[in-house]
Amino acid sequence: MTTTSPGTARALPSLPSVYRSRASVELKEFFRQRESVVFTLLLPVLLLVVFGAVLDYDIGFGVTFTQYFMAGIIAAGILGASLQNMAISIATERSDGTLKSLAGTPMPRSAYFVGKIVQVLAVTLAIIVVLLLIGVLFYDIELPKGADWITFAWVTALGAAACTLLGIALSSLAKTGRSASATVTPFALLLQFISGVFFRFSTIPTWMQTVASFFPLKWMGQGLRSVFLPDALAAQEPAGGWELGRVALVLGVWCVAGLLLCIATFRWQERGTG
Amino acid sequence: MNLDAAISIRGLVKRYGEFVAVDGLDLDIRRGEIFALLGPNGAGKTTTVEICEGYRARDAGEVRVLGEDPADGARSWKAQLGIVLQSGTGASQLTVREMLTAQGSYYPDPRDADEVLDLVGLTEKAGVRGKALSGGQRRRLDVALGIVGRPTLLFLDEPTTGFDPEARRQFWSLIRSLRELGTTMLLTTHYLDEAEALADRVGVIARGRLVEVAVPALLGGRETAPVVVSWTEDGARHTEATPTPTAFVRELAGRFPGEIPDLAVARPTLEDVYLQMIGEAR
Repeated sequence: MTTTSPGTARALPSLPSVYRSRASVELKEFFRQRESVVFTLLLPVLLLVVFGAVLDYDIGFGVTFTQYFMAGIIAAGILGASLQNMAISIATERSDGTLKSLAGTPMPRSAYFVGKIVQVLAVTLAIIVVLLLIGVLFYDIELPKGADWITFAWVTALGAAACTLLGIALSSLAKTGRSASATVTPFALLLQFISGVFFRFSTIPTWMQTVASFFPLKWMGQGLRSVFLPDALAAQEPAGGWELGRVALVLGVWCVAGLLLCIATFRWQERGTG
Repeated sequence: MNLDAAISIRGLVKRYGEFVAVDGLDLDIRRGEIFALLGPNGAGKTTTVEICEGYRARDAGEVRVLGEDPADGARSWKAQLGIVLQSGTGASQLTVREMLTAQGSYYPDPRDADEVLDLVGLTEKAGVRGKALSGGQRRRLDVALGIVGRPTLLFLDEPTTGFDPEARRQFWSLIRSLRELGTTMLLTTHYLDEAEALADRVGVIARGRLVEVAVPALLGGRETAPVVVSWTEDGARHTEATPTPTAFVRELAGRFPGEIPDLAVARPTLEDVYLQMIGEAR
């Protein structure tokens, strides 16, 4: 009997060591895959370049549309790094057996989610840095000042958290990664149009504004506009101000709702095999 | 329950709606043996194995795997298992060595990645990304991922489906070397020659029940079954099923001056008795 159970003699690896291992796996899986890098990282960059070159008009108080667009495209970039990325990659891993294989190992299940969170944070950070760099170098974007950086940080963190949880929940709806991509991509695009990413939110029909305000992206964009636009432009918002308290509240509610949805729907195997 | 066994199952029942996939199955698998579970599609093989692996819940019966109930599924218990799923793992951007190192990081006492690569014959592919492997190479990677945690008990669900004959032979020698390392293995397969070549014992499962368990040579009374002797005489093919083939051939030899034309003596193959068994169970 002593020779047959060597696995029990040693202690299981510590949580931090497995977390590190999963974080490294998730970073490699993302940054080595050309499609995900192009789709998630380069698309926002491309949009910034095109919109920055074409729509360079004044929106009031000497502020260019590009400065406005910076807030929107960063919000859209966060959405791509979190919601779209999670929905598609987890649906893929569920349909190709990766998740089932992991569930059969002694990996603590929390490690899978820690790895995903590290991936989202790294991709989000990469997108923001690249967008800011291009904006500053080519489009005279003014960087946030002082306390705006704090708003920038919490809106990004809260928005990314809400969208990550929502993306994990959405992954359970799709049968394959491909079908997840086919449903989540148009949904995200639509959300971007009605949430004031590509057009000024105040110019969008009121009923569309109402629809958009049920989803996190509108509030992420609004929070980021408070970071990138002078306070004089707050009057152009439909509510007449940045409403940062409400931004935090809605994103916080989405975090809770997303978490509950994840707990209710997350599966390590495809449906119908349990 | 046999608590010394690697796997002990009593009265296992699993239903999917109206369909009874496993219907009162009993089975003991000894430590250190290679046990092959045979049966047609839908007979309950994969369901039984996945209940043992902790993937599925059972509706009734008792199951102990390495002394524990798979439904509890503690990490320390999983650390003693290796699982090669029928579906395998997905296409990865990681290299083969990186995948093995990552998988090993979940276990208390993993094997060295290079040692495992050598064992499964993937040393030359160590730096290649998982998604770039051929089907046969990927299956060997699945096995490598299954054994990197130094399992006491290894599950292999149809490991060689889609292999060409040479790859299957290589795979068999890999399984034999794992046996020498003391690993208990539960193998499901469609290939009866595979079961015969590898397994210490085989179990035939049909309609959710275990029909028989025996060493491959004795399954279905193979060793006492009539032997078929066939030969050519007067321009026609003759066959005779006989319980005493030696006596029969001796007598036959007396009727010919030299060689018996086209003589063949055939014992029933594992496939013959298997098909008969699952036919009777239908």
